[in-house]
Amino acid sequence: MDNETRESDNLHIDIDHALCIGAGQCALAAPSVFTQDDDGFSALLPGRENGGGDPMVREAARACPVSAITVSETAS
Amino acid sequence: MTDTTEPHTVTFPQSRTCPYHPPTAYDPLRETRPLARISLYDGRPVWLVTGHALARTLLADPRLSSDRTRSDFPAPTERFAGLRNRKGALLGVDDPEHRVQRRMMVPSFTLRRAAELRPEIQRIVDERLDTMIAQGAPAELVSAFALPVPSMVICALLGVPYADHDFFEEQSRRLLRGPTADDTMAARDRLEAYFAELIDRKRNQPEPGDGVLDELVHQQLRAGELDQEEVIALATILLVAGHETTANMISLGTFTLLQHPDRLAELRAEPTLLPAAVEELMRMLSIADGMLRVAVEDIGTDGGTIRAGEGVVFSTSVINRDESVYPDPDTLDWHRSARHHVGFGFGIHQCLGQNLARAEMEIALRTLFERLPTLRLAVPAEEIPFKPGDTIQGMLELPVTW
Repeated sequence: MDNETRESDNLHIDIDHALCIGAGQCALAAPSVFTQDDDGFSALLPGRENGGGDPMVREAARACPVSAITVSETAS
Repeated sequence: MTDTTEPHTVTFPQSRTCPYHPPTAYDPLRETRPLARISLYDGRPVWLVTGHALARTLLADPRLSSDRTRSDFPAPTERFAGLRNRKGALLGVDDPEHRVQRRMMVPSFTLRRAAELRPEIQRIVDERLDTMIAQGAPAELVSAFALPVPSMVICALLGVPYADHDFFEEQSRRLLRGPTADDTMAARDRLEAYFAELIDRKRNQPEPGDGVLDELVHQQLRAGELDQEEVIALATILLVAGHETTANMISLGTFTLLQHPDRLAELRAEPTLLPAAVEELMRMLSIADGMLRVAVEDIGTDGGTIRAGEGVVFSTSVINRDESVYPDPDTLDWHRSARHHVGFGFGIHQCLGQNLARAEMEIALRTLFERLPTLRLAVPAEEIPFKPGDTIQGMLELPVTW
């Protein structure tokens, strides 16, 4: 895999719904953090808004075909 | 139109020499990433994107238009040029128009929806294999399995009667492969007439069916969010893209696995590798090899400046073998991360049906090799015909035995 090291669980994940096209690539790459809502748009799973330490969060952002997802470290 | 400052040594597209490798004629293009100058069939010079990072950047750049009705839109074949005056849906339009259409379609193509369709896909796959096995070896796998499976799946999803499959499979074939421009336009006319009638029938049904087209007719069309012409254009692209592409992945994927017995054995021993194997096959086979755009503004890139009005072609087979992203790119390897390949495209037009396609490829390939562990080619590999370079890549026929 691309990155087996544990990711920080102090992430801020921002999804730009004006850009999202509902391709579902974030939910495919990191299904413990991302899902698709009833309209098909990207959403964060309840309780996983900080990324939950999933090493695939950044891969999910990179998989987005329209760069709708930005991931940043929050100050702990 | 000629360009005297640079030699155009490569004309695009070329036919493959091996059905799962890029045409050898593209070898020089792999040496000059990320951007090359090439010529189209009519001599028009255009840019060919060959580098992975630049492809992702440009496919997401709104300064590249997908509007096929533009007179400066590049045409890879004469028959494609003949369709230029026809307004398409989804792939052929830009935002904001595209966005409205895509948003209507998204709920029917989510990961969840694809997961819900898995039992139905499995039922169809089992039924086709039962029939093929009952008829006995040898079999022609394209007509017995690779084409009917996605065709039946997309019919069920859209609400199109599968009984009409001989008609629409033939028209789709003509739309994508001609042979002539007249054939292509006539096929498009016949498909549009077919959908006009089907939509009328659905409109007059007291109780709507549960297909995507039923929903479009009874919700968007009735509410005036779409007109009849738009519903027809959407239905056409969903039906054609929904079965021709996946059928080619199943036939060419099977051929590729049979030509790589060690990789096939590895996959059989460890079935959890299957999703990764499907991604790697998507990268390796790059069946939609030549995505088209036109620049509407000047775009500076690290390979040169693309001027407004210039055509841009993305060779997915070359991009997906960028060794800076995929080491040893010509080798099939289930353990590499093939993620981020551009086999489904990238940007706003990335394949709407990709989650459904993944489910179909996984179920079809897994079940085929489970049911027929001794599956093999019935004739020498070099005698098997595959598609020419100017259309979606795949096998024309695949004679197999077991």
